[in-house]
Amino acid sequence: MSAFRGPPRKGENFELSADLNSEYREKRKDAIKKVIANMTVQKDVSGLFPDVLKNMQTDDIEQKKLVYLYLMNYAKTQPELVILAVNTFVKDTDDPNPLVRALAIRTMGCLRAEKIIDYLCDPLQKCLRDDNPYVRKTAALCVAKLYDLKPELVIENGFLETLQEMIADSNPMVVANTVAALTDIHIAATASGSTNDAFHITSTILNKLLVALNECSEWGRVAILNALARYETSDDRESEHICERVVPQFQHANASVVLAAVKVVMIHMRNVRSDNLTKQFVRKMAPPLVTLLSNPPEVQWVALRNINLLLQKRPELLSNEMRVFFCKYNDPLYVKVEKLDIMVRLAGESNVDALLSELKEYASEVDVDFVRRSIKAIGQTAIKIDEAAERCVNVLLDLINTRVSYVVQEAVVVMKDIFRKYPATYEGVIPVLCANLDELDEPEAKASLIWIIGEYASKIDNADELLGLFVDTFTEESYPVQLQTLTAVVKLFLQKPDNSQGLVQRVLNTATKDCDSPDVRDRAYIYWRLLSTDPGAAKAVVLSHRPPISIPRTTVSPQLLEELLGEISSLASVYHKPTETFVGRGRIGIDSVQRKSSDLADERTAAQKAFQTVAAGQQAENLLDFSDADGAEDGQQPSGLAATTMLASTPAAANLLAGTSSNPLDDLVSIFGNVGIDASAAQPAAAAAANSLGGLSFGASAPSPMPPATPSVLQNTSAQPSQQDDLLGLF
Amino acid sequence: MASLIAILDLKGKPLIQRSYRDDVPPSYIERFLPIVLDLEEEGQQVTPCFTREGVNYMHIRHSNLYLLALSKRNSNAAEIILFLHRLVQVLVEYFKELEEESIRDNFVIIYELLDEMMDFGYPQTTESKILQEYITQESYKLEAQVRPPIAVTNAVSWRSEGIRYRKNEVFLDVIESVNLLVNSSGNVVRSEILGSVKMKCYLSGMPELRLGLNDKVMFETTGRTARGKAIEMEDVKFHQCVRLARFENDRTISFIPPDGEFELMSYRLSTPVKPLIWVEAAVEHHKGSRVEYMVKCKAQFKRRSSANNVEIYVPVPDDADTPKFRASTGTVQYAPDKSAFIWKIKQLGGSREFLMRAHFGLPSVRGEQDSMDKRAPITVKFEIPYFTVSGIQVRYLKIVEKSGYQALPWVRYITQNGDDYSLRTALEKTSAPIVPMM
Repeated sequence: MSAFRGPPRKGENFELSADLNSEYREKRKDAIKKVIANMTVQKDVSGLFPDVLKNMQTDDIEQKKLVYLYLMNYAKTQPELVILAVNTFVKDTDDPNPLVRALAIRTMGCLRAEKIIDYLCDPLQKCLRDDNPYVRKTAALCVAKLYDLKPELVIENGFLETLQEMIADSNPMVVANTVAALTDIHIAATASGSTNDAFHITSTILNKLLVALNECSEWGRVAILNALARYETSDDRESEHICERVVPQFQHANASVVLAAVKVVMIHMRNVRSDNLTKQFVRKMAPPLVTLLSNPPEVQWVALRNINLLLQKRPELLSNEMRVFFCKYNDPLYVKVEKLDIMVRLAGESNVDALLSELKEYASEVDVDFVRRSIKAIGQTAIKIDEAAERCVNVLLDLINTRVSYVVQEAVVVMKDIFRKYPATYEGVIPVLCANLDELDEPEAKASLIWIIGEYASKIDNADELLGLFVDTFTEESYPVQLQTLTAVVKLFLQKPDNSQGLVQRVLNTATKDCDSPDVRDRAYIYWRLLSTDPGAAKAVVLSHRPPISIPRTTVSPQLLEELLGEISSLASVYHKPTETFVGRGRIGIDSVQRKSSDLADERTAAQKAFQTVAAGQQAENLLDFSDADGAEDGQQPSGLAATTMLASTPAAANLLAGTSSNPLDDLVSIFGNVGIDASAAQPAAAAAANSLGGLSFGASAPSPMPPATPSVLQNTSAQPSQQDDLLGLF
Repeated sequence: MASLIAILDLKGKPLIQRSYRDDVPPSYIERFLPIVLDLEEEGQQVTPCFTREGVNYMHIRHSNLYLLALSKRNSNAAEIILFLHRLVQVLVEYFKELEEESIRDNFVIIYELLDEMMDFGYPQTTESKILQEYITQESYKLEAQVRPPIAVTNAVSWRSEGIRYRKNEVFLDVIESVNLLVNSSGNVVRSEILGSVKMKCYLSGMPELRLGLNDKVMFETTGRTARGKAIEMEDVKFHQCVRLARFENDRTISFIPPDGEFELMSYRLSTPVKPLIWVEAAVEHHKGSRVEYMVKCKAQFKRRSSANNVEIYVPVPDDADTPKFRASTGTVQYAPDKSAFIWKIKQLGGSREFLMRAHFGLPSVRGEQDSMDKRAPITVKFEIPYFTVSGIQVRYLKIVEKSGYQALPWVRYITQNGDDYSLRTALEKTSAPIVPMM
């Protein structure tokens, strides 16, 4: 590896070295090709550096490209030798052929060796003012490369100002690359904490961009549209103007141009005051969005993820288009899953029949995962549209009758949600469900059925028998099933105390003595004390009225939604996660975090955002879940509508995560709040509840659960009320 | 913005790669497939984009290859994924087929293309016709004056100057693909027409073209009345050569075309379409030993048209054997790899109706799970020449070039199946009969 190792003495590299120094031009070229071939299959050919370098000065452009390619690969390991190449590079930037000039400046920027950078500035200065646009557009991006390596050099040499001037270039491709370079520098500068706006878009620049937009190549349009998205308009007239100029881009064949245009319009539409205009823009947006679905599946998926966000903001956008989202038999699963979610979003009274017959069809396909999701979608439809609930239940009954194990289990889980939303409406279904009791082997399905039995214990004659089965095998069951069994038996006892005394005694005994989950044990203790102290209070707690559940209109908090809509077509909008959660472990990330650590407030907002996502995500999940005490289940399956997972990306977030999970009081907290993280929100309510129960003591000392190290993380307005709803539900 | 682009084989081994920024080390390429396998094992779906330890993986599949882009920033996912598709397109146009072997044989030129198509992670020129002008498979000396085609940076970045033809001709192909889904009760649940206007342009100089269609919106905006039927295109997409602002203004389609073959525009209509070719099958399962199919096919278009190369795919159980067929027209083949039999009819006249029967043996021992047959729909392939479902018409194609030559436009119409023309009309014989929707 070392530059001083000397030339190889034998083997393939030795032969190559001889060939590279051959007096025959063809032989030398073939040798270079072989070297590159070896490089491609990741053999180490760095030892041949000096020999390859000798072939750099040539008038064969293909050979030149090959040598340059070699240099790009090994410049980092051989910095001392790169210096030898500088002369040729500089000379090439003066070549009469613009292709060679551009190639030289492009490659120099890619070498990324400290030693060569200082030699880059002069030729770059020249190339930025070259009379050939191909060279200029290449040089423009080279400034961004230089900034990435040594920002000082860019500033000292006034390259930023040069770029600013180049926005007025007569050639649209040069403008596009200039915009791309400035944007790149702006992102790098912001990430490194600079407050200087490297790319401030003035209204003069705006006009130049709008002109260039119509003339440049497809990728150039994306760059320009991204810049337009960043422009801050001074009044609504200007916003309208931008939208009107950008709307024609909806007709572009390139999907990323369409999405970039959608982004610009979504951003600037916020300032458009005329309702008519807004409506017009939204109307024009719909057909292009639908057409995105004729792209290859990967592009479709990106489009669907974005459409999902757009629908959360503007549900009316595609209200008549549900059918275009019907799954094709050969769609990849990732496309089908997104389509399901969007279909449920678009479901209404008018199209629910078509949707249900489609979902029923999906439920008989081969892919188990897709089948389950389709059944879930039926449940969501039932909860979303009151009028259609009965039809949904009938479809579910049909599915249960297929006796296919995973279909039945999923249908049971879904029925539980429907009972939750429409209490005491579909009791006729219960016998059918109970008939399938033996076939259930998945914890979630079991837990769901047990919950249903507990809830309707007074109306099921043999409820004690059925629950008895689960009590017999109590210790073998999974924790969620144990928790549900416990609660259901207590419910049964409170409703029919006569013949279930033994059962409740038995389950409390087993749960407190033989169970190794602290959650189950604690809950058993609480029930035990409640029952022994004040059965009336126990009734009020366990059999309390539950608030109805509903499908959340958004899967992310409103602020986050706005932020993501401003980043349509980016990874953030595809993941439905704020940028901070997945960008941050890299070079930029660590740097910025270190810099930010002095500025704690900033960091906290990042963490806060992250938690809002998580909370909102869990909310979406949990509304369909048991909403009486089942904190332990939370976060086990981050699927469903939100599919948000938490990444401990910033240290603060990591601390918080660690803090919550190591908090010994968390188990207690989780009984009261659905989202265990939100300890502080649960605290006062929990304390108040404790009082209202008449000095009931929890465990040893009933301390109010302490929030983890950081103060209240969740100021999420949408999360909090429903949090308390859950508490109310319990008490 | 992408930091690195790589092409991988199915084992996740990189065949060729190019770094554009060094914030993501190439070693991350080899982490890609293990992550995918892990996700699959955990039962999670593998999506085209995912993030791991601060690195974003964006990928597409092409035959037996993965094309992968890595980045550390909040990149433009749509742009990168599309770029990967475009890369495939360019490589296919260069090497006919894109597979492991063609990559190994052509690594030099692929490196050149990767260098030209993307710079510092930003897509540059992806028009293969322009690229072919200065990146060719034959090497040549610099004396031969390879210069960047002006087109690369021109406002007209898709056409070079100085093109000459002895005979100036334009061929227009209007192709409509019908996607449709018929449910088990015989109703059309979803249908759409994806139209595309393809051009073969053999014109000298820098010609200005204007295309006139029987576009309803255009007639309405210009206040003219249409002779005959006008159609309402729901969404139109244009090749980058078309002036979008002009179209937005007065629905004029004006452009300077690229040379040779290209897709000028595509459009979409979601007007309900009657299934042009109707197929239904009655399936009779004889307990665990054999299965019989009775397939009916009907051409539901006018008598004077006819459909060519009709192929009807009827799904059968995976383990069906000993096929026997009898058809009143065409030929039938069993395609076990597709778990289907294919009924091929060379020419199907309008309003004609045909029947065929198929008989398969089944293994007598079947697992319980097998009783849940996968319910793939019946799919149909076909082509109907001289006919468009939407009724779109090219009213005129005006060609103006400063040398003032006369050019001949030729127009051809064709309707075919889209990528999803399926009917869920294979029913067990015991179920209620289907009443086709008319």
